[in-house]
Amino acid sequence: MLEARSVSVVAGSKRLIDGVSLAITPGRLTAVIGPNGAGKSTLLRVLAGELKPSEGAVFLDDTDLRKVPVGRLAARRSVVAQSTTLSFPFTVLEVVMLGATVPGFGIRDCAAADAAREALDAVGLAEFETRMLNELSGGERQRVHIARALCQLATAPRQQAETAAILLDEPTASLDLKHQCDVLALIKAQAEMGRAVMLVIHDLNLAAAFADEIVLMAAGRIAGKGKPHDLLNEDLLSHTFGCRLRVVTSEDGGRLVLPSAITGKAIMGAAAE
Amino acid sequence: MTAIDARFAKVAGAVRPARAKVFLALTGLLLLSAILSLAIGPTGVSLQSLPRALAATAGFAADSAAERDRLVLIDLRLPRTLLAAFVGAALATSGAMMQGLFRNPLADPGLIGVSSGAALAAIATIVLGHGIAAPLIAPLGIYALPIAAFFGGLITTITLVAIAARRGRLSVGTLLLAGIALGALAGSLGGFLAYASDDRDLRDLTLWSMGSLSGASWQKVFAVLPFAAAICLAVPHLVRGLNGFLLGESEAMHLGIDTERTKRITIATTAAAVGAAVAVAGVIGFVGLVAPHVMRLISGPDHRVVLPGSAILGATLVIVADIIARMAIRPAELPIGIVLALVGAPVFLHLVLRRGIGGGE
Repeated sequence: MLEARSVSVVAGSKRLIDGVSLAITPGRLTAVIGPNGAGKSTLLRVLAGELKPSEGAVFLDDTDLRKVPVGRLAARRSVVAQSTTLSFPFTVLEVVMLGATVPGFGIRDCAAADAAREALDAVGLAEFETRMLNELSGGERQRVHIARALCQLATAPRQQAETAAILLDEPTASLDLKHQCDVLALIKAQAEMGRAVMLVIHDLNLAAAFADEIVLMAAGRIAGKGKPHDLLNEDLLSHTFGCRLRVVTSEDGGRLVLPSAITGKAIMGAAAE
Repeated sequence: MTAIDARFAKVAGAVRPARAKVFLALTGLLLLSAILSLAIGPTGVSLQSLPRALAATAGFAADSAAERDRLVLIDLRLPRTLLAAFVGAALATSGAMMQGLFRNPLADPGLIGVSSGAALAAIATIVLGHGIAAPLIAPLGIYALPIAAFFGGLITTITLVAIAARRGRLSVGTLLLAGIALGALAGSLGGFLAYASDDRDLRDLTLWSMGSLSGASWQKVFAVLPFAAAICLAVPHLVRGLNGFLLGESEAMHLGIDTERTKRITIATTAAAVGAAVAVAGVIGFVGLVAPHVMRLISGPDHRVVLPGSAILGATLVIVADIIARMAIRPAELPIGIVLALVGAPVFLHLVLRRGIGGGE
């Protein structure tokens, strides 16, 4: 539904992304991985309509994004940025409600509050609604912003045939292990509901465990894409990240990527069994 | 009220007071201060003379006492009160809008040079008005000053944004420093113009240095009316956009807000409000900083409450400050800027120490 066709973004003399084509499709979770500076976040911002491509174009159901009014776009996709800072103290509920108060949505405060509560419940923060956002931990804040993105899609007016997308830039970066898994399960459930989900993520193992498709970026280009099982091979990853990586296969056939520095005997032994 | 409404009201009420109550209380305070402003003055004419003054206005009572009451109440205190309310509302709303747009609680039109830019334009209009620029300025009549001040404020704001914008993002530190520099530049240019002006102009010009409402007249009230109307029309279109900006400019765009349009309308509205306020009352600081802060402390940062609330609160503040300005050392008058800083700065410090400002980062 959201598709980048030969998109390049040029900043000064540097090509942040260079001739990238990528479609994110409903019902699938696409994980974008790659080293720092590979252009992952730039690609996400282009797909979100926030950055205008220097070359090529992004299409929403075959309509050039430049021709889609910003309010219509907000009804079709929501975005969780890498870090969002608030300039004034808001309560958790108020932040999530901002997702529903898009000018064109025509949502009343009480309906917005209800949708916001549902979204907070989904991210496990139902008890936090009257807390001030700046008093929460980094991980809790991240989940509040995910709830805001969910609330936006839940309240947006859409035709039956119109699917929605959710784009997340490193949503698990500041989360502990439990919440990394919880958030990814939640995001995965969004994909299973029929939404197109794209996330930028550094943890290759989480990407392998949850993604339907992995896109590997390097130096502004797509270096490979495919199912986790096919894409995650030692040579490609080691070459792209510029360090020696081992890929081991777990008992259930999943892939586990480990830097060679920590592949001690125990792990290698487990893989050999 | 549906069950959902009731539940929302209950939970929202646990953190924020009900909006209706807030607005009711603020409006009550404004009316009270306006009545006081009409009733109190160095001449000792009280509100009891109001019927007589009204009769004189309508042409029924023609004795000299009635004529004096009419002069004091209808021609002096009433326009002065109305102008004080306008100036306070305009400055407070501008402060709230700029703070929302720049995402910084310190963005006060007086602090970041917008008022100084507007004042410089107004001073230039006066000094050059019967000199080289006369053919340009004379046709504008009573609107010459507010229009000039509007463009002065607009040019300052646009310059500020151009200086502070780096790769599409506003650097708040640069903004504040550039604002101080632009304010100093406008101040020195204004000082040069004052130095070059004649005695008659100089009396008018002192108004702009510290702010005063002593020159209030019905003519000035009519001169700011179109500006007041423009602000009232623009604000409802801005509240949701500015709410989005509280999360950041990119996030506002993600939420479906036309960020460029929001920026343009906010800057133009602010320049109009500050320009008109400066044109009638000179540079008055502090209102644009404190009224929005108090509103955010009372009812949170939602601009649907902060903008109208700041307007009412700012109007009340300036009316009260003006009462003090004309009564404290009567029959002389204090500049209102001094009164506001004297009364307001400690209150502001208290608020900062008690609750903390900003707080989001």
